[in-house]
Amino acid sequence: MITRGFRGKRQSSERIPPGQYVTNDFPVLSAGPTPHSPLATWSFSLEDATRHELHRWTWKELLALPATEIRVDIHCVTKWSKLDTRWKGVTFDALLAAAGREPPGAHVMAFCDGGYTTNVPVADLRGDKGLVAYEYDGEPLPPEHGGPARLLVPHLYFWKSAKWVRGLRFMDADRPGFWEAHGYHIYGDPWKEQRYDGD
Amino acid sequence: MTERAPRIPWRTAEVLEVVAETPRARSLVLRVPDWPGHDPGQHVDVRLTAEDGYQAQRSYSIASPPERPELVLTVERIDDGEVSPYLADEARPGDRFELRGPIGGYFTWTSADGGPLQLLAGGSGVVPLMAMLRHRARRGAPAAARLLYSSRSWETLIYRDELERLARDDARLGVAFALTRAAPPGWTGPRRRVDADMLRELAFDPAERPRAYLCGPTPFVESVATALVALGHAPERIKTERFGPTGGQT
Repeated sequence: MITRGFRGKRQSSERIPPGQYVTNDFPVLSAGPTPHSPLATWSFSLEDATRHELHRWTWKELLALPATEIRVDIHCVTKWSKLDTRWKGVTFDALLAAAGREPPGAHVMAFCDGGYTTNVPVADLRGDKGLVAYEYDGEPLPPEHGGPARLLVPHLYFWKSAKWVRGLRFMDADRPGFWEAHGYHIYGDPWKEQRYDGD
Repeated sequence: MTERAPRIPWRTAEVLEVVAETPRARSLVLRVPDWPGHDPGQHVDVRLTAEDGYQAQRSYSIASPPERPELVLTVERIDDGEVSPYLADEARPGDRFELRGPIGGYFTWTSADGGPLQLLAGGSGVVPLMAMLRHRARRGAPAAARLLYSSRSWETLIYRDELERLARDDARLGVAFALTRAAPPGWTGPRRRVDADMLRELAFDPAERPRAYLCGPTPFVESVATALVALGHAPERIKTERFGPTGGQT
């Protein structure tokens, strides 16, 4: 339906998913206070479905793993998209290789400082599609943007790129994380506009 | 993948009334047929369509309490924005646009949640918190509540008269304004950004274990949330909603 008097700015592009607009800022969205974890006691873990630790890296150990730099577009469910963002981190595949493991489940739940969780299929992390990022735009990732490290799964809505990530817990079946249990879509493909439960 | 719920449908909203709140903000009173109801703190997605089919979407907080049959959105104009100039300047009674919701099941408060309720607003971040206060007043909810509302000036305070009236009529509600840029003659309230000293003086003590809701621009929410945690408030009792210049609520 046409709304009288609305013209809009017409910034459509093939790189912008439906319902999104491009911003040059980097808005911050989170559900609670920003946690500040000291790097001396920080670690990143892989766990099995029973919360048994499969592998753990300290901050220094994570930085020593083979790093990947990528330039990607990101899309937030609150409608903004940001093009050509630059990140550095360790891919999920590199973590698995370093741990000498095959994924013991088809899904993961990312868990974070502050209690945030989000679910991601393993297939969406493999093939260098997902990484644990610790640099943004050539600088250490600032706390308000998820530093020291956040999950980065740029082909899904950005709430899947969990801030302050501390590990991945493998699951046999898909289960909703924090926003997924509060009405947001279980998968979150921006190109299918899967914003909310039922989209 | 199996879908867990029906899709939230787009509905046609009709503008019934436009209320000027400040020089930059207006409230749109909307009739939304078959609105399913909402909790205070939730938002809607608005979708506007131009004559040639071009569409734009943004999210806006709901200002009205669930008890009111009309849906009210309060929108502050962003000068280089795409949707807010239409809603804050152009829309008039009889106009129609699409919206869907309610959206967001976390940043919500109902009378059943209890108190004390500590609300902290920066600028137009007061909108979802106002839905909570209006709901609380309509229900006669017993929860004690305080609002600390930071704004650039006296003129940019949204809902100023209604907030003062609510506080005057209710001994369990405290409303305080902090003005950051300009204050009227005779102003005796705080004239600076919200800081730890102001929170100690005007907010509930951590020992009272308030539920805190913060909404405003990112620098406001970052600094106030950090100050609350430093004062001893439990992080899990602090809920935040943030927006940048082009973020979720603009």
